[in-house]
Parts: sequence; C-alpha cells; structure tokens
Amino acid sequence: MTDSQKKLPSKPPIASKKSADKNQKQPQKPLRSGKSIVPRETVAGSALVFVIAIMTFLACLTLGAVSMVNTSATKWQNDISREVTIQIRPFDDIEMEKAIQDAKSIALNYEGIAKVTVLNDKETARLLEPWLGAGLQLEELPVPRLLTVTLADGARPDFETMRAQLEQEVPGSTLDDHRTWVDRLTTMALTMVGVGTAVFILMMAATVTTVIFATRGAMAGNKHVVDVLHFVGADSKFISKQFQKHFLILGLKGAAGGALAAILLFILLGFWSSQTLATPEGDQISALFGSFSLGWTGYFWMLVVLVLVAAMTAITSTLTVRQQVNTLQSYGRN
Amino acid sequence: MISFENVGLRYGIGKEVLSDLSFQVAPNSFQFLTGPSGAGKTSLLRLMLLSLKPTRGLVKVFGKEASTIRPEQMPIIRRKIGVVFQDFRLLDHLTTYENVALPLQVRGKMEHDYRQDVRDLLDWVGLGDRMHVHPPVLSGGEKQRAAIARALIDQPDVLLADEPTGNVDPPLARRILRLFIELHRSGTSVVIATHDLSLMDQYDARRLVLNTGRLQIYD
Repeated sequence: MTDSQKKLPSKPPIASKKSADKNQKQPQKPLRSGKSIVPRETVAGSALVFVIAIMTFLACLTLGAVSMVNTSATKWQNDISREVTIQIRPFDDIEMEKAIQDAKSIALNYEGIAKVTVLNDKETARLLEPWLGAGLQLEELPVPRLLTVTLADGARPDFETMRAQLEQEVPGSTLDDHRTWVDRLTTMALTMVGVGTAVFILMMAATVTTVIFATRGAMAGNKHVVDVLHFVGADSKFISKQFQKHFLILGLKGAAGGALAAILLFILLGFWSSQTLATPEGDQISALFGSFSLGWTGYFWMLVVLVLVAAMTAITSTLTVRQQVNTLQSYGRN
Repeated sequence: MISFENVGLRYGIGKEVLSDLSFQVAPNSFQFLTGPSGAGKTSLLRLMLLSLKPTRGLVKVFGKEASTIRPEQMPIIRRKIGVVFQDFRLLDHLTTYENVALPLQVRGKMEHDYRQDVRDLLDWVGLGDRMHVHPPVLSGGEKQRAAIARALIDQPDVLLADEPTGNVDPPLARRILRLFIELHRSGTSVVIATHDLSLMDQYDARRLVLNTGRLQIYD
C-alpha cells in the first residue's frame, strides 16, 4: 500500500490536550537528532577560540605586569617614606662633628623617630666611590656629611618644624624627606596603572568586535535556520538563546586557554627569577619589576578575566543576534 | 482576519507587479489563489505573511494595520499564521519529528506535553514511520507533508500554502487537499496558492485569480 492510499482520520488530531495513547506503537529509532536548532559545527569555532585565547592571554599579561609594577612602586614608596636624610654641608668655620651631634639630638627630640644613623667616613667614601673612585680621603675634600633618620612604623613627624629648627641651629644643614621621589614614583605607578587599564580596555574592545563579526558570520551561515525560526514565530530572545550557548562555550574555551597560559607563564617566570636571584640579570629584573610572584590576588584576578571574557562573549553574541533579529522582524524585512 | 485595500507592489523602480488589490480573508474561510506562473501569487502570499511591505495601500492583519506592528509584536502575529513554503524550508539537521515540533518548541512548550500530538499529526499526514529520519532522505511528497504538518501543528488561525501540491502525484495531491479541507472544517482559514486547475475543481471554494497584477474574485 502506498502512502497516498493510507486512510486519514476524519478529524485533525493537532494540538489536542487529550492524554496520549499509551498503547500506540513507538518508533524504534530516537525521535530526536541530539543536535541543537543552530548546529554547533556551523558556528565558526576554532578561529574564534584562538583569537579569544590570545586576547585573554594578553589581557592577563597586562594585568599581571601592572599588578607587579604597582606592588614594586608601593614597596619603594614605603621604603623611601620610612627614611629621611639630613645633609650637612661643610663651611670654612664649621665644626663638623659638633654640627652632626647637634643635628642628631634635634632629630631625636621629635616624636616618631626610631633612630638616627650617622654615615661615618668609611661609609661616605663607599657611597661616593662610583663617582670619585677608591681611596678617597674625606679630609681633603669638602664633602657633605649625611645622617639617615629612620622613622617608627606609621609615624609622620613634623618635618617642616624639624627642617626650620635644623636650618636655624645647625648652619649648612638641610632635611630631605624624599617627597620629590615619592611623588615621582606615585606618578609613575599611576601612569603604569592607567596605561595598563587602557590596554586592557582596548583588548576587551577588540574581543567584543571580533565576537560581533563572528556572530554575524554565524548568523549569515545559519540564515535558513533563522528564517525558519522567524516564520514559525520565534522571538528574538529564543533565537539569540540558540546562538548564546555556543558562544558561551567558545568564550569559555578561549578564555580558559589564554588565562591558564598566562598563569603558567607567570609561575614559570617566578620560578626562573627565584633561580637567578643572585645573578646580575636577576637583580636588574627584580629591581625593575620586583618579584615575579603575583600572589593569590593576581591569579584570582586572572580567573576573573577568564569569566569576564566568557561572559562578555556570550552577552555580545546575544545582543548582536537580538539586534539582527529585531531588524529581520520589522514589517516587510523578511 | 486579513484585509487588503488598494494594495500595490513594485520591486525597485519597475512597473507594479500587483495593482489595486482589495479583498478579505474571512475567518474560517477557504480560498484558492490562482493565476499563471509569474502572476504574483508568491508575492501576494508574502504580503499576507508581512514579509513584504506594499508600495501603496493598506494591509490589515487580525484587525491591526500592518505598518503599526512593532518588531517585538511580529512573533505573536506569525504564530497565528501557518505557512507552507514552496521549497518546504525544513531544517536538514533535525529529524522530521523535531521539524514538526519546532513551532511548539519556540512557544516554550515542554516536549512531554506535545510529543503525542506531534506523533498523531505525523501519523495523520502519513509520516508515522518516517518521523525519526532527516529531511534529506525524505521524498518530495514526504517533505511536502512534513512542511504541512509543521504549519498545522499549533492550529493556526490562517494557513497560507504556496503550491502545496507542486511536487506530488495526483493521488497524493488529492490527499493533501483533503487535509486542508479538514483543517478548514476545524476552524482555520486556508489560502492555497496553486496553478493546478484539476486540484481546484475537486473542491468548490472561493477563487482569487491573479492576472497581470490584477485580482478577480469568484465567490
């Protein structure tokens, strides 16, 4: 018997709410294909994953570098601000040893001063060695003498009064609280953070743009699916959901790859810097960047970047699909 | 349900392909839309489906002027209109069952609520033993019936069918026509675009005849 000879029931059974006929013969093969409405393989995958991975990797590197420089700058600031220097310039009629003792006792009278150390001749000579060479005889030269004043933790003595008193009572003395250096370091650290943030934002913008193009490409490749969904009454929310899950997975894959690669790189660099601690290269790098160890906070923020990139990918693709579908759903557009 | 008043359509700067069309598709009505090839049957169906905007005139769908329908309202309108395309537009990566169930899925219905309805409908259109296969392995007639089943599954208020018997032999064409007649009896307005005169002769219904862009109505 051919299809056309089969007898039809007298009434269409469509959309009936009656209970199912449990005794009806069930098909042996599965009714569902196991595929989503928008097939996964039609959404450009590997290229997008690779681009997202690179962007996440670079974003994490930026974040790590900024974090390290910021930590180093803060450490420098703390070190410098815990110490001030009194300099006494020699005059013809000055009695240097008396002037040093006077300056030391003036400094110690102020609250918050932990100790005052006078750089002796040997230490002063070693300090000047790079400029004036070895074997320097200080008695032959009018070299200023230095006193380092160490502050107690968290103390902030009244430097203005101390400076005025020193200038008045110890001729030729000056107080340097390193404010200029601290200001410069603060500016440098803020500039680094600003540049890093700008680079990070640019990378995120590049990622968003890439995802927009990829989503449009995926929609163009699935135009027949979008058209059918549109004609059977799917709204933009339903259609965007079909794309969103694919892009979330792609975003997660790419972001995880990039972030884990960056984390691994920092771990390896930290290991390498710990192995080269006593070498000139190691000292130079640690002077610039401090330790390569990011700490748990740094790694935590990299994981935040991972989640952020994946979420941003999903949200961007959803918004792009909705915008495109809204255009399609305008009267007379499809 | 659908009404046209002095509707005209032209593509680009060419001459009008449809001129001064005024007619109504009443609730629970049955009509054939006919005319020679290239007369504009598909264009007229697209105007009714709101996928084309007329260059002049007024189109009203379910009492609403088409030009005032916002994009977010369009899915609600589309859910009331079932369409059978000439080229079927089945999704090849989904099974016949999934294709037919698609309108219910997009309405957010749960599969356990509609599974039996879809099976019953597929049995009714003679695809009971083909519901698990993918469209590429279906014959032309089977694809046609799957497309019809998809258009009928949620019992639309209006069914627009573009050459639904164009790919099938006469006995199957008769069977498909019976299917539309039964659907009409259950309360759906049916518009069948066809140039098959023998098909129209089998059922006494209103005829909308398009010729050189103008419409003549034979009630």
